[in-house]
Amino acid sequence: MKSAMKRFLRRGIVIPVVLLVIIILLLKFTYDAVDDVETFYALTGWLLEATLQSATPLILAALGGMFSEKSGVVNIGLEGMMLIGAFAAVAATYFFYDPWIGLLAAVLAGGILAVVHAIICVKMKGNHIVSGTGIILFAAGFTTLMLEVIWNRKGISEQVTALPNVNMPFLQDIPIIGVAFDNLSPIVYFAFVLVIVSWYVMYRTPFGLRLRAAGEDPSTLDAAGVSVEKYRFIGVVISGLLAGLGGAYLSLGRGLPAFGKQMTAGRGFIALAALIFGNWTPFGVLAAGLFFGFLDTLQHFVGFVPAWQWIQGYSQFLQMIPFVLVVLALAGIRKSVPPKAIAVPYEKEVKA
Amino acid sequence: MEHDIKYAVELIGINKTFPGGVQANRDVTLKIREGEVHGLLGENGAGKSTIMNILYGFLSKDSGRIIIRGEEVEPKSPQDAIDRGVGMVHQHFKLIPPLTVTENVILGLEPSSKKPDRNNSLAVITATLLALFVLSFFLPPFEFLITAALLLAAIVLILYPPRVFENLMASTRFRAAFEKLVSDVRPLGFDDAAKKIQQIANENGLAVDPYAKVENLSVGLQQRVEVIKTLYREADILILDEPTSVLTPQEVDELFVTLEAFKKSGKTIILITHKLREPMALCDRISVLRDGVLVGTVKKDETSAEELAQMMVGRPVVFTVEKPPATPGSIILNVENLKVKDHRGLPKVRGVSFQVRAGEILGIAGVEGNGQTELVEALVGLRKPSDGTILVGDIHTTGKSPRFVREAGVSHIPEDRHRRGLILPFTIEENLTLGRHYRPPFISRPGILDLDKFRSVSSKLVNDYSIKGGGGGSLTSTLSGGNQQKLVVARELESGPKLLVAAQPTRGLDVGATEFIHKTLISMRNQGVAILLVSAELDEIRTLADHIIVMFDGRIVGEKRPEETDAQELGLLMAGHLEGEESVEVVN
Ligand SMILES: Nc1ncnc2c1ncn2[C@@H]1O[C@H](COP(=O)(O)OP(=O)(O)OP(=O)(O)O)[C@@H](O)[C@H]1O
Ligand SMILES: [Mg+2]
Repeated sequence: MKSAMKRFLRRGIVIPVVLLVIIILLLKFTYDAVDDVETFYALTGWLLEATLQSATPLILAALGGMFSEKSGVVNIGLEGMMLIGAFAAVAATYFFYDPWIGLLAAVLAGGILAVVHAIICVKMKGNHIVSGTGIILFAAGFTTLMLEVIWNRKGISEQVTALPNVNMPFLQDIPIIGVAFDNLSPIVYFAFVLVIVSWYVMYRTPFGLRLRAAGEDPSTLDAAGVSVEKYRFIGVVISGLLAGLGGAYLSLGRGLPAFGKQMTAGRGFIALAALIFGNWTPFGVLAAGLFFGFLDTLQHFVGFVPAWQWIQGYSQFLQMIPFVLVVLALAGIRKSVPPKAIAVPYEKEVKA
Repeated sequence: MEHDIKYAVELIGINKTFPGGVQANRDVTLKIREGEVHGLLGENGAGKSTIMNILYGFLSKDSGRIIIRGEEVEPKSPQDAIDRGVGMVHQHFKLIPPLTVTENVILGLEPSSKKPDRNNSLAVITATLLALFVLSFFLPPFEFLITAALLLAAIVLILYPPRVFENLMASTRFRAAFEKLVSDVRPLGFDDAAKKIQQIANENGLAVDPYAKVENLSVGLQQRVEVIKTLYREADILILDEPTSVLTPQEVDELFVTLEAFKKSGKTIILITHKLREPMALCDRISVLRDGVLVGTVKKDETSAEELAQMMVGRPVVFTVEKPPATPGSIILNVENLKVKDHRGLPKVRGVSFQVRAGEILGIAGVEGNGQTELVEALVGLRKPSDGTILVGDIHTTGKSPRFVREAGVSHIPEDRHRRGLILPFTIEENLTLGRHYRPPFISRPGILDLDKFRSVSSKLVNDYSIKGGGGGSLTSTLSGGNQQKLVVARELESGPKLLVAAQPTRGLDVGATEFIHKTLISMRNQGVAILLVSAELDEIRTLADHIIVMFDGRIVGEKRPEETDAQELGLLMAGHLEGEESVEVVN
């Protein structure tokens, strides 16, 4: 009986269903609380929009993490790569007056930091966690320093041109959707496209097959005549590119187009959590990212409904939920299978 | 010498010393003729796998020359050997369990899809449309049109590479460069590959489902996948590193039929094995290695199993063990109506009852996959039975933890040393004491390990069981396959059990070591230990066991004494009575 129960839970169907029920209940309670269709539409529209906005950087960084970890390299440096991306986006926009160049710079900056991680972990067989920590610390220090050097400011940079948002006037009349999709950054859409592209690359191309093999059993990949180092290297670099893009979204894609000290605020770690909760798959990452984004939004949302404002006092509790879920996921409530050879440097002459 | 002999492979003066200081090959010169089956024999740790891995480009050599079909090569990676037609089936398979057969086979040599398959096209088209959709919002109309056209062109290129390229790419250099660039991200032709694998499988009698996940395949099938892998790469020099040590007799016969066919079609085969009758049946010439040195190469017709054994071990080997009559004591293991399910929840053991007494060996014969694995796992606490009881002495161990079962006096030699028997990144000392490490004499004070004791006990075991390798402090992963097996056996026999559950105890051991283990098992039985022996090798069961039970489809289908039965009858029983005629030849 107990094992049947466990198998049922493992199916993975339970969590989506429970979430759906919670969301429907939430919407119902919201409706009861505001008791006015217009306000209700506006509120839920906002909830959806804000969820998409919070989820985007998480999805991008977690997708990046997926490329790195599937190839066998742990990347806790995502936080640092996002931060440097956010910074580079603003700095490049500031100097070149073009947010698109800023976007490019962010992607490159994340990539460059990832190259460092790749050299340490893949070429020099260093410890992945130590290198990742180093990257986080470096990014934090470097961006703070440059904030002073470039703008001579301490907390927040000068404002730069933001990325133009995508408007969809024809949606305006549709309730909820109209509000939600009216004014989103193009990066939000990029994130969705990238999820599909990643799935395709990961499961439908030789590159993806080799990358996954490098993370599962590098010696087998080696015996097939393929360089393990090459694929691990590329995997790590891709993770930096995507995390950099996620960082650019934080600074240029929403809110004030400026760089703030430590503006990633732990999102790199939540992205790692989303990666684990999403079971290292692109669509899993998408779902987990959206869910964590939703939780993030919820704490602001409750402020809008007078009857629920008391919950705001417990917002720390909401922030904790992603990590609790990860612990549960790893404890086997949901089947989470990490790549087998993750964090093990591959050395040829020591046979497995 | 003879000038008209063509060699497929010449290894000249190969030397190899591992970082730990073990010299695995000393000036080995080995010449393999075109189209022959060449046997490679030697004790565990003699350097057989090492020299073959050097030929395959998987390990580097210190000095020496490698000549493949007259061409001198310096292989840097297996790719160099694969390109020259060398394929290798490794001793410990190079397969990735969570991937499908197809994915495993094509890894490293992935075909692109000729026809776009539905999934690929769908994914690509969806992605493009989405991208276009997004772009349409922030590009001026003119630029948008240009971008859209470019994107669509790119899609056509990805989906229909050959057709477009034929016309577009006049310059071959440009084309090669371009193809290298896109080769990694072009869509994979899974369906084409699966079809090709199916075809290879059918042509060579190696039936396997290309879409099955490797983790769900039996060891025998996994080996087929390995062979198919080499065929897929069109290898005509095949290296098989102990292909038979994990196979059942039936599977060995099937493999040999396949190898015969390969030989007829002109392939060159190098076969590593420990079972002397195999090279005698199949090989043209046989080379023997001892301690990294080539002892000699002999023609099959001019030698005998005894001579080969002598060459390998350096002394005559007795193939029969002396076995005094058993003096059974009280019942040690009592199994009543045991039922066990496998990890997918399918019933594998469907109600078996038997007893093992002190001072006797009960052999379980059966084709692999008929419930022996699950039975053993249930007996030692690694799997919870769904029904029935297990009594060890007078202790109930049904469904108890492995440690509880161990404490009740049970030792276990697992059938898969890598999965259940060893922690490869641990040292030899640590592995030798694992399972006893938490008790005196291995702790000096509660919670404190006595490392000196680890060292002294394990150096004794390394000596007694002649585990050859880098010494107690080196990593278990650096031991040769057979020495890893000796390590497991040594640990389990030395823990002073009341009941020993030995599953394939001599898997991968050389003749000398097998002889030694057999002697040890008999002497343990004489001292009153109860032994449950599960083996795929009928010879082993018949020489060692006092009673034999035959398992088929999760049930006991026969109980025999070794002296009142023969291989034929056992073979019939193992095949479940019905398909009797077939299985008779199968059991040698
Ligand atoms: N990666 C390694 N590092 C250090 N020593 C090694 C390594 N691989 C093998 N050796 C040592 O080299 C010697 C030869 O090993 P090899 O695997 O070639 O033996 P083998 O003849 O294949 O034996 P078996 O029949 O047991 O498989 C052994 O003593 C082994 O301990
Ligand atoms: Mg070997």
